[in-house]
Amino acid sequence: MTDTITATHTPPAGDLFSKFDDLIQTRETLLASGVEDPFNLVMEKVLSPTRAVCNGRETILLGTYNYMGMTFDPDVLEAGREALTEFGSGTTGSRVLNGTYQGHRECEDALKEFYGMDHAMVFSTGYQANLGIIATIAGKGDYVVLDIDSHASIYDGCAMGNAEIVPFRHNDIEAMEKRLRRIPEGAGKLVILEGVYSMLGDVAPLKEMVAIAKQYGAMVLVDEAHSMGFIGENGRGVCEEQGVIDDVDFIIGTFSKSVGTVGGFCVSNHPKFDIMRLVCRPYVFTASLPPSVVATAATSIRKLMHGANKRAHLWENSRTLHKGLTDLGFELGTKEPQSAIVAVIMPDLERGAMMWEALLKEGLYVNLARPPATPAGMTLLRCSLCAEHSAEEVQTVLSMFERAGKAVGII
Amino acid sequence: MTEADVDQRIRALIEPFNKKGVEIKNETSFANDLEFDSLTVMDFVAEIEDEFDIIISMNQQAEIENYGQLISAVHKLQDS
Repeated sequence: MTDTITATHTPPAGDLFSKFDDLIQTRETLLASGVEDPFNLVMEKVLSPTRAVCNGRETILLGTYNYMGMTFDPDVLEAGREALTEFGSGTTGSRVLNGTYQGHRECEDALKEFYGMDHAMVFSTGYQANLGIIATIAGKGDYVVLDIDSHASIYDGCAMGNAEIVPFRHNDIEAMEKRLRRIPEGAGKLVILEGVYSMLGDVAPLKEMVAIAKQYGAMVLVDEAHSMGFIGENGRGVCEEQGVIDDVDFIIGTFSKSVGTVGGFCVSNHPKFDIMRLVCRPYVFTASLPPSVVATAATSIRKLMHGANKRAHLWENSRTLHKGLTDLGFELGTKEPQSAIVAVIMPDLERGAMMWEALLKEGLYVNLARPPATPAGMTLLRCSLCAEHSAEEVQTVLSMFERAGKAVGII
Repeated sequence: MTEADVDQRIRALIEPFNKKGVEIKNETSFANDLEFDSLTVMDFVAEIEDEFDIIISMNQQAEIENYGQLISAVHKLQDS
């Protein structure tokens, strides 16, 4: 720990890092208790979508968002290799200059087909997709009404766009309606919702919320990052499952979860949508995705259209894990399994970190999530299931949780 | 509604949030004196919004650090 700052270190006056002192202190206290650093784990080898070697141990991966297990799909890998050979390692350019290759177009075509929408725009990350679309369409004088538990990329998009930001209590339909009603007449309105909220794995009441938003003349953007591929009849997400996809103006998504690579996108039926390519700064002023990435994404998206069996198995896994953990006496983020995320609520950060480490030593990786990323100051051990986890693996996971939970004294 | 009326109504609203019974003056700060965390801020703001049927956007909240600023902001908002 030679590179950490000690509490006795006196910073020079005007040190802009002083604002992080509290956080540095919290982190040091945690590490001083002897636990492995939960935010500094290195995967030395990745064996499959569900297995890796971490700190020399073979580990079951249960915190990767690799929901559909596409990262080692042979067709996906082959498409990536071919594109790498044919088109090179990178585009070295913006989408609007030299950075749009055939592969980017094919990827956008695959998205249009997947969602049955007229327009698709691929960004370099999901973060940039939210940042870019929100900041560009909601400007000064407009109102953004959003769920208080929205992802950081949504808040950052709001901050960049200078619109008036009006949050409402998580998933509270009435609180949302009240705020829409109070917005001055004539002002532009954008309602931002997520299909699945990633911290607790709970689903939004989109059916009611989208209907109310439309009633007040608002445009609606739904982030479906954590539902693509396995929620809704065609895997289009919660807005498909709840029958409101035709009333949603923009769907934001990512390639870094079910699709199994990196990148973000927005799909829309707005007739003027294409102008975004010229005015959206996080799209224009950055290099486009490498050819191998868009080739793997396009192949994966097309395979996800026919992933019914994998989807069914993923849901089985989610239900088994949720029931097993409940029966063991753990407190979970949702009463019923609503998505492929099962969040285990920890009593505090210290015991959360101890539990995280005990699981890692058992050979299980989960996400440790803590404030400010989590709602209500909670510490969570977040499990995200994969369609490639076998039924036996889920049982193994449950026995690991049982031993670790008893050792740490949580159950 | 006068600023005094606004003050009176917000004083009643703040009571359940003022866990330590801090004396409320114009210069009482929400972050330091009252030690409101972000969740408390959200709940408190929602109460005020409902009471006066107004919106206090996050942008406006960022400008409000103490009690006096809140009263004058709400007074302006409910008038407009």
